[in-house]
Amino acid sequence: MSRNPNATEPADAWDAVVRFDDVSMRYGREPETLRDLSFSLPQGSFHFVTGPSGAGKTSLLKLIYLAAQPSKGLLHLFGQDVAQTPAEVRPFLRRRIGVVFQEFRLLDHLSAFDNAAVPLRIAGRKPDSYRQDVAELLTWVGLKDRMHALPPTLAGGEKQRLAIARAVVGRPDILLADEPTGNVDHEMGLRILRLFLELNRLGTTVLIATHDQDLVARSGMPVLHLEDGRLAHMGPLSAGARP
Amino acid sequence: MSRRRRSGPFELERWRPAPFLPERDTRDSALVFVVAVLCFLACLTALGVIASDRAARGWSHQLSGEMTVIVRPKANETPDSAAARAAETLAGVPGVAEARALEREKAEALIAPWLGEAADLADLPVPRLVAVVLDRESPASARSLEQALLARGLDAVVDDHTTWLADIQRGAAIARWVGLGVFLLISAAAAAVVAFATRAGLAARREVVELLHLTGAEDAFIARLFQVRFAQMAAGAGLVGAVFAAALGAALRLGGGGDGLTPVLPVAWSDLLAVLPCPLAAALVAAVAARMTAVNLIRELS
Repeated sequence: MSRNPNATEPADAWDAVVRFDDVSMRYGREPETLRDLSFSLPQGSFHFVTGPSGAGKTSLLKLIYLAAQPSKGLLHLFGQDVAQTPAEVRPFLRRRIGVVFQEFRLLDHLSAFDNAAVPLRIAGRKPDSYRQDVAELLTWVGLKDRMHALPPTLAGGEKQRLAIARAVVGRPDILLADEPTGNVDHEMGLRILRLFLELNRLGTTVLIATHDQDLVARSGMPVLHLEDGRLAHMGPLSAGARP
Repeated sequence: MSRRRRSGPFELERWRPAPFLPERDTRDSALVFVVAVLCFLACLTALGVIASDRAARGWSHQLSGEMTVIVRPKANETPDSAAARAAETLAGVPGVAEARALEREKAEALIAPWLGEAADLADLPVPRLVAVVLDRESPASARSLEQALLARGLDAVVDDHTTWLADIQRGAAIARWVGLGVFLLISAAAAAVVAFATRAGLAARREVVELLHLTGAEDAFIARLFQVRFAQMAAGAGLVGAVFAAALGAALRLGGGGDGLTPVLPVAWSDLLAVLPCPLAAALVAAVAARMTAVNLIRELS
């Protein structure tokens, strides 16, 4: 690309991996959680989603990982209008997106190693082709000695690191993370940020919803700041866009 | 998840992917038990229907293959000679396999229950009976027997058991349809419980469905996981129910005896084969229910 993917000016519509055009979203008959969002995320960009609790950060991520649908407007992923995408194609879009869920969503009956390998198995990879990669990744996130452990026996921070490992193991085109440093100490938080930056350097588009002001400030990356379901600010962290 | 993986150091080279669904789940115990019990009842009903059908056929067959001729002696001959002449006559009629005059004692024994113990049968003109066994291939008609007896100047009445046969056949048909109705009802209940329990079991694993769905698993892949798992479970439960029903059927066959159930409900060894489709049917119902539930659940998520 000829320009900085993290530039604050609107991305070219056809260059964007994520594009919101006047998108609103509501749960059932509730009032709109997200209202009239319009923005684009170029390939290889890195953004934080900030805003007070209830501003719609998690809902925004849900729209992108196709766990919810807009009630209004157009959402494009990888250049495809999501509303027009056939149901049988959607799983393949989801495989290009890694998600760190706020509530982790680990499978309690699977070992940490098996949990981390889930996206690769679903993608149809043979165990011998990823065994070593998964082990290295788990070692990197500090779970070397916990590979055989079941999630209920892991501490909160360990679960979070496992959820992160699972999200990034398939080298996704888009990485979404919902409060990924909420349960880890400062040092591990910085390690996780470095992992995300490294993935971003390799071309992954990263979008992180967080309350961690220090993390945002240290990264120097732009923010999408939500207020009451609306996009209040998109660009560098400013005084008015504190997480 | 095997115990080997939970204890001791993690052995990377020996690692094999664990099933996406837990291999054993205590939540499924109730499902297995209920399906096994219903399959047992369904199999038992099937055995009962088959046995009662056989009994009814046996009775009908026996009655339709025989006739009884009542011979009244004329003034110039004794009852015994009249019966003997009738038996000889009937034996020569085409379609009769055997005709045998019953002894006086047997004829008296047949009518004794109606006259009471106090009656002196020696003083009564007890008619003689001739038992006729018909040829199974081309049985003679009652009319042809009557004509043959008349031609020989015998005063006789032919009883072809029509009245009894109609009653027995009607009773057998009712028993057959009632049994079939009960069997279908129990089978439908078993199918409904399998479907319901499968849905409940699948709903309890909603977190697995959601995660696989959001990680990019195709709907058919997820549905197949549950389909196979619940089909296996139901097949196992169906097998347990079928084995217990077959064991009970075998016990009836062996222990029924002449005074037991065997004459009324004649269970044959080959009847026990009727339980064989049970595990397959249970698995089929569970597979369909699991697939439909999984597809609906996934549709809710999409």
